[in-house]
Amino acid sequence: MAMNDAGAAGPKTADDAPARPAGMPMLHKAIFGILLIFLLALPFLVYPIFAMKVMCFALFAAAFNLLLGFGGLLSFGHAAYFGGASYVAAHAAKVWGLTPELSVLAGTAAAAFLGLIIGALSIRRQGIYFAMVTLAFAQMVYFLSLQLPFTGGEDGIQSVPRGDLFGLIPLQDNISLYFFVLAVTFGGILFLYRIVHSPFGQVLKAIRENEPRAVSLGYNVNRYKLLVFVLSATFAGLAGATKSQVFQLASLTDVHWSMSGEVVLMTLLGGMGTIFGPLVGAAAIVTMQNYLATLGAWVTIIQGVIFVIGVLLFREGIVGVISRWLKRPL
Amino acid sequence: MTLALEARGLTKEFKGFVAVNNVDLQVERGSIHALIGPNGAGKTTCFNLLTKFLQPTRGTITYEGRDITRMAPAEIARLGMVRSFQISAVFPHLSVLQNVRVALQRRRGESYDFWRSERNLSRFDAEALGFIEEVGLAEFAHHEATELSYGRKRALEIAATLALEPQMLLLDEPMAGMAQEDVERISALIRRVAKNRTVLMVEHNLSVVADLSDRITVLARGEILAEGDYDTVSKAPEVIDAYIGAGHE
Repeated sequence: MAMNDAGAAGPKTADDAPARPAGMPMLHKAIFGILLIFLLALPFLVYPIFAMKVMCFALFAAAFNLLLGFGGLLSFGHAAYFGGASYVAAHAAKVWGLTPELSVLAGTAAAAFLGLIIGALSIRRQGIYFAMVTLAFAQMVYFLSLQLPFTGGEDGIQSVPRGDLFGLIPLQDNISLYFFVLAVTFGGILFLYRIVHSPFGQVLKAIRENEPRAVSLGYNVNRYKLLVFVLSATFAGLAGATKSQVFQLASLTDVHWSMSGEVVLMTLLGGMGTIFGPLVGAAAIVTMQNYLATLGAWVTIIQGVIFVIGVLLFREGIVGVISRWLKRPL
Repeated sequence: MTLALEARGLTKEFKGFVAVNNVDLQVERGSIHALIGPNGAGKTTCFNLLTKFLQPTRGTITYEGRDITRMAPAEIARLGMVRSFQISAVFPHLSVLQNVRVALQRRRGESYDFWRSERNLSRFDAEALGFIEEVGLAEFAHHEATELSYGRKRALEIAATLALEPQMLLLDEPMAGMAQEDVERISALIRRVAKNRTVLMVEHNLSVVADLSDRITVLARGEILAEGDYDTVSKAPEVIDAYIGAGHE
């Protein structure tokens, strides 16, 4: 080689650099496999409703992480898609009498549409301005959820019936509902994994690494940002719509700005930009809220303390730290 | 002569300060044209105007007979006019192969497919490796770009740029901060890739572009000082005064 610093300064593995095989690495396959086995057994070990809540939030956080960790965009209004979809899905099941899968689909489609509108209007702003614009829009969605005639105001939409899946399989029983939720959320998370590892995901990574360079290669970066925004909103909506079927309820809690904050917390605690971080973060936060519920308002304080400790001691999040130890992406 | 790129009356003002003042520039198709000047001469501003990373206050820019004055930078790239950056522009945590593939992906319209596996991208491997070989990085194809030396990052950047099959290359100080050996290597590379393309490069140093460029434009304080081949500009008294003289005393 003609270049002068070839020898010592060059990469150590110059000769035996392996061609990284494409597709899901064995480690990730193994983790997903173990996770699936664990989740199949879970409803027989813990209260199924609690397990379903964890899974819905895991999907929500994973969807949010697609935007923050892989798109490099901090939205502070993701409750709009999560909660918005839960209202539409609840309404579809209760008033229109749709089957669960169609209700969930309706909610998800609504979130995608909402994501397209809000995304198109906010994507031109960057950093803190982007976060503020998304927050402002989410507040509008909150207002609409409070005021629109079909939302039930302060009460939300209550006692949403659990229908029959495809009109055939009854989901009234918690265990059968659990497997429906498992299929939706696990499938959703796998699809998010695919997005990250797709040709589009590759471009997204390039934009995140060096945006001006991506522009100079002819990429219209705003279109890619909009697409990742819409995809993230869609899967956040899928999570919210599914949750409304589990709790038979759509309420203002899910569109409130504090829900937008909570998903940021889950993602950062678990490890943003990692595959499994949001799942771990969501599980940790939901478990904490569940088992510390007797402490009332103290839960928020404990959460705050954990968050501060997390940010101070392990900035990459739980999974981020493990990933650094193992020297492998997780 | 046929012009690849032409600027007329190009002016850029920043809040009362004129960085580029009434510059007329003509780049002949198939030539290597250098834009040089001392620090603060407005080279980089001029370069950013031509590549549309900045909007001119006044003036027009024509590329291959088409008015591009109001176009977006990504649009210009798709017309076949691709720029490089002063700080080496690679995607640091992508492999060398992936760096070039990202460029190919755009041209082939495979960049929005979010439902496909990235395995699909391996179809571009052979072509990408061709460009990587052309710049002498074949043995590093599977290394992350961040592991490469400075000179090699520059070479990688050129490989990715070539993958777009541009008609015109705009290089922003391609040799800045390079060891002599790398300078020669990159010079040779530029000469090679310029065979059937137009190249406009910005440089700080006149000697670097001496035997590389067909035509040299010297900028100082935002205005054109002299223009011509190396012999003409290096002997022009105003150039010696403002630039070479100052640098050699």
